[in-house]
Amino acid sequence: MKAYKYVGKPIPRQDVSKVFGDAIYAYDVKLPGMLYAKLVGSTYAHARIKRIDYSKALKVPGVIRVFTGEDFPFKVGIYAADRDVLARGKVLYYGHPVAGIVAETPEAAEEAAELIEVEYEPLEPVLTIEDALRPDAPLIHEHMEEYRHASFIYPRPGTNIANYLKLRKGDVKKGFEEADVVVEGEYREPLISHAYMENWVGIARVLSDGTVEVWSSHQSPFAVRHLLAASLGLPIGKVVVHHTFIGGGFGGKAGLLLEHIPVLFSMKLGGRPVRLELNREENFLFMAQRAGYLFKMRTGATKDGRLVAHYGEYYLDAGAYADYTVNIGRSVGFVPTGPYEVPNIHVDSITVYTNKVPTTAFRGFGMQEMHFAFEQQIDQLAEKLGMDPLELRLKNAIVPGKSYLPTQVRVREDAGDPVGTMKRAAELIGWGRRPEKPDEPWKFRGIGIASFWKGPVQPPNAASSAIVKVNEDGSVDVLVGTGEMGQGTIYALAQIVAEELGIPVEKVRVAPVRSTDSVAYTWQTVGSRGLFSEGQALMRALDDLKSQMKEIAARVFNVFKDEIEIKDGKACVKGKPWECISLAEMALGYTLPNGNAIHGPLIGRGSHVPSQTTYLDPETGKGEPKPFMTFGTSAVEVEVDLLNMRVRVLKAVTVLDTPVINPGLALGQAYGGAVMGISITLNEELKLTKDGRLLNPNFTDYKVARAGDIPTEMVAEFLGVGQKNAPYGAKGVGELTMIAWPAAIANAIYNAIGVRIKKLPITPDNLLEAIREQRPELLKELDKYLLGGE
Amino acid sequence: MAETITIRLKVNGIEREVAVKPNERLLDVLREKFYINSVKAGCLRGECGICTVIMNGKLVKSCLVLAPEADGAEILTVEGLSKPGKPSVVQRAFIEKFGFQCGFCTPAFVMAAHWVVENMPDAPEEEIKEILNSVICRCTGYKQIIEAIKYAIELKRQA
Repeated sequence: MKAYKYVGKPIPRQDVSKVFGDAIYAYDVKLPGMLYAKLVGSTYAHARIKRIDYSKALKVPGVIRVFTGEDFPFKVGIYAADRDVLARGKVLYYGHPVAGIVAETPEAAEEAAELIEVEYEPLEPVLTIEDALRPDAPLIHEHMEEYRHASFIYPRPGTNIANYLKLRKGDVKKGFEEADVVVEGEYREPLISHAYMENWVGIARVLSDGTVEVWSSHQSPFAVRHLLAASLGLPIGKVVVHHTFIGGGFGGKAGLLLEHIPVLFSMKLGGRPVRLELNREENFLFMAQRAGYLFKMRTGATKDGRLVAHYGEYYLDAGAYADYTVNIGRSVGFVPTGPYEVPNIHVDSITVYTNKVPTTAFRGFGMQEMHFAFEQQIDQLAEKLGMDPLELRLKNAIVPGKSYLPTQVRVREDAGDPVGTMKRAAELIGWGRRPEKPDEPWKFRGIGIASFWKGPVQPPNAASSAIVKVNEDGSVDVLVGTGEMGQGTIYALAQIVAEELGIPVEKVRVAPVRSTDSVAYTWQTVGSRGLFSEGQALMRALDDLKSQMKEIAARVFNVFKDEIEIKDGKACVKGKPWECISLAEMALGYTLPNGNAIHGPLIGRGSHVPSQTTYLDPETGKGEPKPFMTFGTSAVEVEVDLLNMRVRVLKAVTVLDTPVINPGLALGQAYGGAVMGISITLNEELKLTKDGRLLNPNFTDYKVARAGDIPTEMVAEFLGVGQKNAPYGAKGVGELTMIAWPAAIANAIYNAIGVRIKKLPITPDNLLEAIREQRPELLKELDKYLLGGE
Repeated sequence: MAETITIRLKVNGIEREVAVKPNERLLDVLREKFYINSVKAGCLRGECGICTVIMNGKLVKSCLVLAPEADGAEILTVEGLSKPGKPSVVQRAFIEKFGFQCGFCTPAFVMAAHWVVENMPDAPEEEIKEILNSVICRCTGYKQIIEAIKYAIELKRQA
């Protein structure tokens, strides 16, 4: 990458308030006269509500109101409006809120919650994908045909299918005829949790002029505003959503969360501020989690190692509300085969309802799931072909400018460098070497690799915008709508402004705490789209601003506009660096010697839409889904300990093709994504009882990685291969760093002990089960050591 | 409603008497009565550690300390580490080494790091990790936090 002054440098992030303790999160927001809400969750996974008696709750001193589903007879949602505000008629999952209490104090609300009596008539719960698809399965949503949904979602009323996506490319029958080897597999991942550290909290009030104000822990302020307005029939200009710092999101705070609940409660209570704060258990029970899945697939290759056909049935277990997960079902359906060109594809991606907690986006949006399956298919094909798995990857990798996507559009020439990432990751892990054999005979080491790609999954009109204002001292305020949840995109944007205008980065401010009525619009903070989308809008805003600076200077110095250049925060006559006007001098317009002022305040504006993306054909999936894709490869060395059946990642390597604006931030994503990815591979699962009750809504039993669990060595590199219309070439990074770990680890375990793991998480129990099925002799061997034999 | 009792606390150098309920958590007393914004609740069961503060020189999870148990105690939070415009070595290190992302757990990690720098500056990385095991960070993957702590130890040595 070309050397710049600010871009590409690890400049410390501006939100240092986080280390001093004065950063404000939605959790910290308190308003005078605030009331406290509490939700009461269902004790059944599927049941009719016969009666709710809250008379005793109302008698608790301080309790103001108790609401039930019948108070709010409408649905909310983003892609499929399938959500009740509070359960109406039926409860659809264990924990489904059936009543809401509003009280003067949290203690009163809590006491009242214990006194609410609900009588249920239990129904058969539908808890697996297989059960949901049974022809005689109980219907979870009995009136699906009435639901409002996005035009690209295809629900099937009368079944439990929330969305059905078809992808057809080439002739899959002919493709398999051509194939010399075929690999079949069934892959599963469980329901898991984002486990962000800030539990969801929302505060809402209604002002006397009708303005609805919301503070909440969300990723996308403008999506919250839009969905509140659309779902509640409010004029959007009267809804103001305040974005504070948020304590982690990872997709779990995308779209609309529970904001409508405090808003509706406040509307019914004369506009008084209402705060709904979830505790950790409630956050596991009430907030959308990540869907489990079952992928069945068959992939064929010729004996010279060309992928020729892929057939897949991809099922996502969306839980009771598929609102967001229907779009993940699309994502895995139209990017079903990893970063390779496969000429013949037939895939059905089916999102089903079950009686489990609702699900939503999670870092990677289906791509972690898809790659866990497909990257293992690749390794198995390689084995059958007697070919090096890396070689098979290199041979079939997408070739920018030449290859066609599964959606039948040609990959742009500057799309990136998949092959480069494969080669570099292989080099960094030491591909081809035999890992050292530990002294303990029950420990085995192996190396695994997995490549990946991903771009944002968004509607073709998912827009962004940016405004750049110059202050009197020549400092600059940047107004963008992208959320700050830790990823630091807004600070990378500040570096771009500093670079473009030639001013110190300290003079650029992107306020982390903002409101929808005071910043420029962006669709959502999701899909690793922020830097590309807001960045593109920002580059245009800076062009606009620079053009205005040149106009002023051209007038003042009596030259053409094209004879002015912008340098070091000034507009100067080219070749005469002494004939300049600084940003400060023209911030509010320039004053001529005779007192005439010209132009007025400098303000630049710019917009973005994902140009040339399209709707997809409902029968074949044909179309352009994404404005960019980031390519990458992860590689790991693992140690499998057969004594305790634990897997340890010794070394984790990530290589992404994209350049980065701030390597400090990007490495933070890489390390964080690796540890999260390893954690979901080895530990994480929301466990349910046979009747659908959640067993582990806490951090003792839902185990996320801690400092002692991280790999001994983590390495990440960015190759600097940019896309021409991206800001400084930089594409998205955040989710990409998480995608390939389950696949790479599973491939490495196979390399270590010859056991293929197709089900997550790879806990000691699941590993033991797989060894028993595939290589029981390993356990016999183990007995020797345990019994003190030879 | 339970009766209140009066306890004495010295928080970041300022000593005050406050009335608390016997079942009140130190966490809530710090937030509600001393206006300490940095201390956050994550689980209220001592699992996530993001409410960690230093009490009488020891790292404690303030959700697991009942207010009466803290009577007479000295409490240190990140608000007490720095003077205006002058970050502590640990704070400086977290900023320069990208030791935080969303920041919700950061005050707890800064306190744990402060404790490590003060009490075990020569400890090997594995021992530092053992201290850090008591706090969950879901963003960073811990690597840059550990790097920040090593850097803070270095900065302190140089000072």
